[in-house]
Amino acid sequence: MQEKEKGRRDFMGMALGACAAVGGVGALYAAKRTWDPLPSVKAAGFTTIDLSGAQENVLVVEKWRGKPIFVLKKSEDMQADDRDIVIGTARYHVSIGLCTHLGCIPAYEKEQHKFKCACHGGEFDASGHQIFGPPPSPLEIPPFKIDGTKLVLGETGPEYQKMLDAGLTV
Amino acid sequence: MAHFEKAKNLNEWLDQRLAINTLKRVLNTEYWIPKDINFLWAMGMVLAATFGILVLSGIFLLMYYKPDTNLAFDSVNYTIMSEVGYGWLWRHIHGVGASIVFLIIYIHMFTGIYYGSYKKGRELIWLSGMALFVAFSAEAFSGYMLPWGQMSYWAGMVITNLFSGGSLEAYGLVEWIRGDYVPGDAFLTRFFMLHVFLIPLVIIGLIVLHFGTLRIPHVNNQEGAEIDFKEAADLWKSGKKKESKVIPFSPVFLSKDVFVMGVYFILFFYLVFYNFNFAMDPVNFDPADGLKTPAHIYPEWYFLWSYEILRPFGKDAGLIAFGIAQLALFFLPFIDRSPNVAPAHKRGLFQVWFWVLLVDMIVLTAMGKLPPTDPTFAWIGLVSAWTFLALGPILFIITMFEKKIEKGA
Repeated sequence: MQEKEKGRRDFMGMALGACAAVGGVGALYAAKRTWDPLPSVKAAGFTTIDLSGAQENVLVVEKWRGKPIFVLKKSEDMQADDRDIVIGTARYHVSIGLCTHLGCIPAYEKEQHKFKCACHGGEFDASGHQIFGPPPSPLEIPPFKIDGTKLVLGETGPEYQKMLDAGLTV
Repeated sequence: MAHFEKAKNLNEWLDQRLAINTLKRVLNTEYWIPKDINFLWAMGMVLAATFGILVLSGIFLLMYYKPDTNLAFDSVNYTIMSEVGYGWLWRHIHGVGASIVFLIIYIHMFTGIYYGSYKKGRELIWLSGMALFVAFSAEAFSGYMLPWGQMSYWAGMVITNLFSGGSLEAYGLVEWIRGDYVPGDAFLTRFFMLHVFLIPLVIIGLIVLHFGTLRIPHVNNQEGAEIDFKEAADLWKSGKKKESKVIPFSPVFLSKDVFVMGVYFILFFYLVFYNFNFAMDPVNFDPADGLKTPAHIYPEWYFLWSYEILRPFGKDAGLIAFGIAQLALFFLPFIDRSPNVAPAHKRGLFQVWFWVLLVDMIVLTAMGKLPPTDPTFAWIGLVSAWTFLALGPILFIITMFEKKIEKGA
């Protein structure tokens, strides 16, 4: 094959390869975006919870982004924790009610002040710290903003930012 | 263009254009099968037939199923089960088929292991077969989501959570897979697409590949004997059928396949009509509820062994062990260092290894079904999970020292 012809074929080959690569990357990006959560799903990602009606040591389960949210007003004899949300004199434990092992919902045991997950036997105390079993980390705290006695979930307020910076949740 | 004569009949007309006589010869009448194989070798055709039945029954279910979180549960449990004429029949065939196909896959796999049918020359048969096993697993899991019952929802939750990679906490990836913060509409519709289109397409492609991998190394036989297929085929063709070690696939071996299939379908339809409940989880007759976990989450029986390998360890170690369990069997042809293609009962320690593996997987299956609360059972589960993980290196060592068997002795 003559040099000139070889150079021309190499060029055609590289041009074809480059076009195919650009098209391929574009198609992959489009495919990735197609599987992203829809805007309507993301927009529905905020929930407001009124804490004023909460009773001590009674677990209330709310729903945020389809996930259960534990709201537990702590009584005097329950230990205070950095992860508590303090409004006035009241302390609340608020967390996503999914076991950090594989995502089952733990049940609250009122007398022992702990959460127990039936699936793999994981246990958390009333502040959400894992105390037994396979869960590798504490129950997660959803992003929140305090608004009077209300909690807006899905929005990052200064109190949540502080917890995040201190590494108390992910 | 080639020259065409006027054809005398349809067969000749097609043969001129499609070479169907050549195809028939290559794929059927001169595809040679060793005489010395038992009913376990019919499992491949049994699987192909079961897959066909799953596709057919699936087509009928597809006509009334609605992939919408608000409608899915009722479209299965009310419309198909009560309203559609014979809808219950398709559902029970599909449910029983999905469960029983795994029993046959496991028998097929253990037959291959017992007779050493994955060894040198036949590695691709084993690898394409394992790829089929993975594709069938994905197909079963995506199908399990569709009735949108409690177990569907929570199985979807737990399995997609595995993709957070343990301590990597890659929840962005999990939300991307789900298309939502929890399993929801986007999740259901994409699993519906996977179940009815993409994965079946992959399975069909892999079945063609799996059959293709058999054509040149040929199927193994009970003694692991090396057969000169050309010589044996010539004997058969010259009329010395008794002396020949082989028979043609069609119609001679196929008649045995069909007999085994006949027996199998008696069992299959007995289950469909009289015992379909074994393939239906009672928890899945409650509609999906994201705010209530069932007391005890477990997968279908055919995934229990690998689920039990995940369970007794911590989050990261469990994930790694689970990953190893999924992939370990792929490497079988490369872990087994022995020169012998022979049934396990002629291979000394390998026979012990084989039965330990089989019993260990049955124990894991049983433990995986039990709630995790009993410490004795949890301990048995842990020991059998470690046993499974240790069996790989053990196989490597014992087969390294395996002596060559003298053939024909």
